Amino acid sequence: MLHADSERSGIPIVITLNGKQERLEVAPWVTLLDLLRGPMELPGTKKGCDHGQCGACTVLIDGQRMNACLKLAVTLDGAEITTIEGLGQPDKLHPLQQAFVDHDAYQCGYCTPGQICSAAGLLNEGHAQSRAEIRELMSGNLCRCGAYTNIADAIEQVMGQSSGERPDRNAPNKAFPGKGFKEAAE
Amino acid sequence: MKQFSYIRAENVAGAVAALAADPQARLLAGGTNLVDLMKYDVMSPPTVIDINRLPLKDIETLDDGSLRIGALVSNAALAYDPTVAERFPLLASALLAGASPQLRNAATTGGNLLQRTRCYYFYDPASPCNKREPGSGCGAIGGVNRIHAILGASASCIATHPSDMCVALAALDATVEVEGPDGRRDIPFLAFHRLPGDEPQYDNTLAPNEMVVAIRLRPDHFAANHSYLKIRDRLSYAFALVSVAAAIDMKDGGITDIRVALGGVAHKPWRDPLAEAECAGKPANEATFRELAQRLLAGAQGQGGNDFKIPMAERTIIRALTQAANGTPQVQSEKAIR
Amino acid sequence: MFNPSKIVGLPVSRVDGPLKVSGKAPYAAEHYEPGMLHGVVVLSTIASGKIRSIDTAMAEAFPGVIKIYTHENRPSAAWWDSKWQDSVAPPGSPFRPLEKPHVQFDGQPVAFVVAETFEAARDAASLVTVAYKEDKPETKLADVYAKSYEPKKKRSGIQPPPKPRGSPEEAFSGAAHKVSAEYVMEGEHHNPMEMFATTVLWENDKQLTVHDKTQGSQASRDYICNIFGLDPENVIVKNAYVGGAFGQGLRPKHQLFLAVMASLDLKRSVKVEMSRQEMFGLTWRPSSMQTVSLAADETGMLQSVMHHAVEATSRYEDYQETVVNWSGLAYKCDNAKLTYELAQVDMSTPGDMRAPGAATGVLALESAMDELASEIGMDPLELRVKNFIHFDQNDDKQLTSKALHACYREGSEAFGWDRRSAAPRSMRDGHDLVGWGMATGFWEAGMAQAEAKVRYAIDGKVTVSAAATDIGTGTYTILAQLGAEAFDVPIEAVHVAIADSSLPTTGVEGGSWTAASTGSAVQIAAEAVKATLLDMAQDMDNSPLADARPEEVVIRDGRLVLDVNSQVGIALSDILASKDLSSVEEPGKAGPDMMQMRKFVSYTHSAVFVEVKIDEQLGVLRVTRVVSAIGAGRILNPKTARSQILGGIVMGIGMALHEESMIDHRTGRIMNHNLAEYHVPAHADIADLQVIFVEEHDDKASPIGVKGLGEIGIVGVAAAVANAIYHATGTRFRHFPITIDKILESELTH
Repeated sequence: MLHADSERSGIPIVITLNGKQERLEVAPWVTLLDLLRGPMELPGTKKGCDHGQCGACTVLIDGQRMNACLKLAVTLDGAEITTIEGLGQPDKLHPLQQAFVDHDAYQCGYCTPGQICSAAGLLNEGHAQSRAEIRELMSGNLCRCGAYTNIADAIEQVMGQSSGERPDRNAPNKAFPGKGFKEAAE
Repeated sequence: MKQFSYIRAENVAGAVAALAADPQARLLAGGTNLVDLMKYDVMSPPTVIDINRLPLKDIETLDDGSLRIGALVSNAALAYDPTVAERFPLLASALLAGASPQLRNAATTGGNLLQRTRCYYFYDPASPCNKREPGSGCGAIGGVNRIHAILGASASCIATHPSDMCVALAALDATVEVEGPDGRRDIPFLAFHRLPGDEPQYDNTLAPNEMVVAIRLRPDHFAANHSYLKIRDRLSYAFALVSVAAAIDMKDGGITDIRVALGGVAHKPWRDPLAEAECAGKPANEATFRELAQRLLAGAQGQGGNDFKIPMAERTIIRALTQAANGTPQVQSEKAIR
Repeated sequence: MFNPSKIVGLPVSRVDGPLKVSGKAPYAAEHYEPGMLHGVVVLSTIASGKIRSIDTAMAEAFPGVIKIYTHENRPSAAWWDSKWQDSVAPPGSPFRPLEKPHVQFDGQPVAFVVAETFEAARDAASLVTVAYKEDKPETKLADVYAKSYEPKKKRSGIQPPPKPRGSPEEAFSGAAHKVSAEYVMEGEHHNPMEMFATTVLWENDKQLTVHDKTQGSQASRDYICNIFGLDPENVIVKNAYVGGAFGQGLRPKHQLFLAVMASLDLKRSVKVEMSRQEMFGLTWRPSSMQTVSLAADETGMLQSVMHHAVEATSRYEDYQETVVNWSGLAYKCDNAKLTYELAQVDMSTPGDMRAPGAATGVLALESAMDELASEIGMDPLELRVKNFIHFDQNDDKQLTSKALHACYREGSEAFGWDRRSAAPRSMRDGHDLVGWGMATGFWEAGMAQAEAKVRYAIDGKVTVSAAATDIGTGTYTILAQLGAEAFDVPIEAVHVAIADSSLPTTGVEGGSWTAASTGSAVQIAAEAVKATLLDMAQDMDNSPLADARPEEVVIRDGRLVLDVNSQVGIALSDILASKDLSSVEEPGKAGPDMMQMRKFVSYTHSAVFVEVKIDEQLGVLRVTRVVSAIGAGRILNPKTARSQILGGIVMGIGMALHEESMIDHRTGRIMNHNLAEYHVPAHADIADLQVIFVEEHDDKASPIGVKGLGEIGIVGVAAAVANAIYHATGTRFRHFPITIDKILESELTH
């Protein structure tokens, strides 16, 4: 059993970060988010609330999307972590990254890495089959610029590419208008 | 955050021993609540015991047909487990109504049971709060309290339990398996969480040196007629103002067994087994549901800001039971209420 | 020069997109240097009173802590208020961090901990204890409403209400149809996703490079130079990427002051990143109480418009915005009375938040218009069309353009408005009541003074530079488009240098001005480059362009040619080579045309149509469709432009339904100071949104025909939602946000 007192000495951990093994010493009170944004100098993972309330810090831990702000780094010994920097590079974008560019699925760009990592997790999970499910299962990522519909478009496009068929797309004009209600009793 | 000693436990016995050694120590699993609270300086344990490596990650069907869920099974793994989806869809639905996919991937079954309230005053170390600091008073009484309790509150505390999962577990009469220095014991779910009384610092009946190791669900029932209906301020990623886990067993249109558990309204998932029992033999219709709802809410009391929760709860109970009776449970990604 | 357009006006993807989606776009806190210190702010836990004592001993002893600043040991800074007043400060005495023991608002900085690591600063900050002498705060606008006053000193750039015209009271009392109602809006916080942050890179006592989250690098530079007596030549403020701001970044924030202060004091580089809770002590959209009275004759012609607004401000500054003026210019009415007052609360000074003033005032006006339509028994759209006006009655000026008719027409067609059944509660879908509502939106199309430089290099590369900012609005992209168009080069050949205080002077990025102002300056600079190139070409021996006038030549395919005959011309590289130059650069300057402004004013317009579905028993509300038709002049990039409108709609939905900073008025503290309980719309809340840009030609709003888009998207949205809720339920909700409890309580009586 590992036991570390609240001294300043760090605890050794080994993580695989974006495919590269890293041997680190971390104090127990350092979160994965602060480790990435601080000593690792990987600021692509964003701090939007630091409390699991916005999703901007979403990364993939062993393939699953999680909020990096709520993970103490010391608990991740042996984990495989993928951040936005590990998904693609500006000159070699991941299909989701390219789709976000194509659909203008952002404005200020600050929630974007979290949205994209979350979308990558969503695709891995395979539980979203419809646009309504995309919306529900992306709801852990707030976007104050309000790019939600474009984000859903971007994800839907990549989902369609990978599964060979597009999910039921509730395109604006299809939902319009006059359908779905009936007049009340005269 | 206050600095702390870190212990990485390798087995249950080790974790229990570490807990026994320091009653103020806290177990760390998914971290989605404890790390959050530590950053706000709401909880400042001197020792944190990391239990993520403990072998409590299995979902197994026991010989008697009941389901045993390890305390470290993540909320997502539980929600999407094929057995759970098939046999306990009410639980799966409640899980998917809670938090966000990221949080559900990290949060654990045991941790969800131990989730602390979302009361603004509890979360704010500068505010009086008897739960956080016994004897300091309750800021929420007379304050901003639209999210607070309407049932079972006390003059010391009007906080609510925030979990969705626990509401379903309460309806399903789950059993909580806990382990302490003296071995394992079972706690019936309804006896696990407690009402605040004048000791709101205790959320539950777990002894300080015990840990949750598993949840057990009795063999199949309520797989056909159930619904988890959650009402909140926005359509996802928000805590319940009111939630209802409803389940019915019926024969020839008559109720043989009915369960209603309420979330967001009390210090614990709220049930009234007596009132439920009295529904036996009655028709599964709106009149019965309304009567049951009114029985459940008979003692409901608003705090000013949350008075609306009383009619909201009544209406949500009726709708959830109607959904259950019709076999049309609420689907969490569908935002129209069925 | 833009005929025919090759790239301007096309839906070009953001040029900064690949950096943003790969996490390579550095925001203010994302700059590194070995040995950098980290600062964390300790916030007051009272709203009004005085610090009696402050104990930092434990925190100072904490491993890694370098220094703790309080009002007792803060290094001195400028004395005069004027030194602390930033470019958009309202009248009053700006807040000075850690200057006095007095506490004026909840979440006020009371101590600042600087340490070797973020964690050490954070954890030491929790050990600072403060004892207060607490005064009873007043934070509820209704409680101070009776003490409202007309601000004596007007805020620069904000037009006070016009004088009354006609006989509004008499016209009101004698009219056939009238409505009068009070509208209340709770305070909101901007909550951009990026928290405010500053990284100061210390070079020496006089030289600093500062990465700041701000909507104006030069505003931040001037602020710190004024306060610390630094030479603007030696201070560079950069804001390459800004993670949303929505107006909150117009005024410098305390983290800038504290980071620079500590850096100068400790002679080290310092980084400060706020907490989300800290963001609730910053500027906010003020709570407001408004009374709107409208009267019309039998046919629906407006006879009287009266609009009185009282907004909250702080004890120390008179924040002002344009709230009521819209009611005097929105529709034709000869009798109008518009008044605007402030009332002080014990909170931080409110500030500009997306469509400041208009979002608030138009909410009340357009709600009241809906009420009037009901009162008359007229379709709400028809009432607005009937009272359409082609000029501004407030100022008696002509409009540079107003394609609002087209907005009404195209928006209503796309929405299917003609299928609306008039009576409330007359449309249903299963358990849901269905409501259709609409509203008009207005925003001023302004220009500010802006400078830019444009350089053309012999290798065909274009550099556009200005101290402008891209807060997600697309500034990088539209400037690249303008540069590419001017020199007929691919957009990849244009380098956009912005977000740096050393670049040509530009105002703050606010008010939807940037595209019109900086965009125009860039075009003017590009024209100047072309003129210089023509001069050089005419100096060349046997120049084929010897007799060409500037307006006769264009740049095509790397050559300066006659517009009418591309065969006649000279390669740009040859022109530069003839002077032995590798590049040519010229400045450009744009600003409002004062002569024209005497006769004309310019506004953007919108027509917003909203469908809501409300569960009749439970009160659960969904905004199921929105159509927003926008008249905003020339659209430089329909892709980024659409995104801005989408964002405005989403924030407008939040304003209507969710957003409220909930104050415990006993203590004056904001209790939901986090993103779990301050609700902004999530993915699941936002269904299908449709944006239509109607054709609108405007040759006066700005030299490039642009009117600006940052604000208009939100204006009218909350009113349209509220009007849809009325149509669904038959209940008027006049207290915003319209949360589920309010809807449920009204449905209980049905």
